[in-house]
Amino acid sequence: MTGFWSVVATMMWKDVLTEVRAKEVITAVLTFAILTLVILNFAVNKETQFTPIVAPGVLWVSLTFAGVLGLTRTFALEKDRGNLEGLLLTPTGRDALFVGKMLGGLTFMLAAEAVLLPFFAVLFDVSPFQPMLLLVILLATLGFVAVGTLFSAIAVNTRSREIMLPMLFLPIVVPVVIGAVAATAGVLEGRSWGEIAKWVQLIAVFDVLALVFCAFAFEHVIQE
Amino acid sequence: MTTNPPVKNALLVTSAALMLLTLYLVFIWVPTERNLGISQRIFYFHVALAWVGFFAFFWVLVGSVGYLWKRSRSMDRLAHTSAEIGMLFTTLMLVTGITWAKPAWGVWWTWDPKLTTSLILWLIYAAYLMLRAYSPPGDQGSRFAAILGIVGFVDVPIIYMSVVWWRTVHPPLVVGPAATGALEPSMRAVLMVATVAFTFLFAYLLLERLSLRRSEEETDRARMGVETAAPGYRAMEGA
Repeated sequence: MTGFWSVVATMMWKDVLTEVRAKEVITAVLTFAILTLVILNFAVNKETQFTPIVAPGVLWVSLTFAGVLGLTRTFALEKDRGNLEGLLLTPTGRDALFVGKMLGGLTFMLAAEAVLLPFFAVLFDVSPFQPMLLLVILLATLGFVAVGTLFSAIAVNTRSREIMLPMLFLPIVVPVVIGAVAATAGVLEGRSWGEIAKWVQLIAVFDVLALVFCAFAFEHVIQE
Repeated sequence: MTTNPPVKNALLVTSAALMLLTLYLVFIWVPTERNLGISQRIFYFHVALAWVGFFAFFWVLVGSVGYLWKRSRSMDRLAHTSAEIGMLFTTLMLVTGITWAKPAWGVWWTWDPKLTTSLILWLIYAAYLMLRAYSPPGDQGSRFAAILGIVGFVDVPIIYMSVVWWRTVHPPLVVGPAATGALEPSMRAVLMVATVAFTFLFAYLLLERLSLRRSEEETDRARMGVETAAPGYRAMEGA
C-alpha cells in the first residue's frame, strides 16, 4: 500500500510543480469561470438577478464549463511531450497513476474555486462560505474530476479532442450538476439538513461509483 | 454470431408481415381513445420505438463488457452496430414523442424525468458514435467505446433518479411489473404486436448491419495487406 500512495504522491507532486511553474490550468479555469459568471449575469432577468433562485445555476454552469476547459489540459501536456509513454514504462499500477492524476486535477479545481467564490459572493450578493456549501462543492468537484480525468485520457487520443471531452463529459455528469444546483439552492435559502441531505447523498453515491469504475477503466484506456 | 441468409430472410419477411399487421391494427382495428382522440394512435409506435431503443442500448452494454473481457472482434461489432440502430430508434422515439406532446399536452416538450432522461440517453449515444468516428482505428478505439458503452448504461438510471425529484407529466407506465395505469385490453394487444414487430425489425437490421460491418473490416484488412506486400504502392501515389 505504501508503494501505491508514493506513486500517487509523486504523480500529484509532478503535476503541482508543473502548474506552479507554468500556471496554465488554474489561470485558464479561473478566468473562464469569472467570464461565464459575467456573461450569465446578462442572461438572467434583472428582477430575479439577486435571488437564490438564479445564483446556484449560474455558479454550477460556470464551474462545469470551466472544469471541462481545465480537464482538457490534464492529459494534453502528457500526450504532447510524450510523457505518457514514459509513465506507461514505469512498473507501477495504472490505478495509482489515475488517482495521482485525479488528485492533481482536484487540487487545481479547488484552488480555482477558492478564488472564484468571493467573486461569486460579490457579483450575486450571496454568502457561499458556509460549511455545508463547501462540502457540496468538494463532493461535486470530486465527481467532476474523477469522470473528467478518465474522459480526458480518452479524448486526448482522438481527433478534435477539444470537442470530444465536453461531448463525453457533460451528459454523464448530469446527476452531479442537478444535485449540486439543488443542494446549493437549499443551503443559500437556509433550508434544513434534512432537505439538503438527499442531494448530498446523490452526489456522494455518484462519486463512489465514478471513482471505483474510472480507476478500473483507466487501465483499459491507457494501455497500448 | 453467424449470419446465414435464410435466417436473415426469415426475419425480413416476418418483420414486414408484422409491420403490415401493426399498421392495420393501429389505424383500422383498434378503437379511438376517448380523451386524446386520434392522436393517441401514435402511442403504439412511440412505445414500441422506445422499447427497441433501450433494448439496443442493452446490447451495446453486452458487447462492451464482452469486448473488454474477451477482446473479441464480434463483441465489438455487436456494440457498435447496436449503438447505430439504437440511435435510429431513439431518434424516432423522440420525434414521435414531440409530435404527440403538442396535441396531448399543448407543448412540444417538458422537462419531465422520462423526457429528460431520454434526451440525455440520446446525447450519450450520439457521443458514443462520435467517439467511434474520431478514435484511432483498431483496438484502442474499441476500448474507448466499450468504456463509454458501460458508463452510459450505468449512468442512465442515476440520471433518471436525479431528475425524478422534479414534477412528472409523462403518463405512468401501462405495462410491466411497475405498471399503474390501466390499458384497455384491445389497446394492450395492439401495443404488444407493435412491440414484437419492431423487435423483429431490430433483429433484422442488426444482422444485416453486422454482416456489412464484417465485410468492411475484411476490405480494410485486404487493403492493408496490399500495402504491406507492396510498400512502394503508396509512395508512388505521392501519399
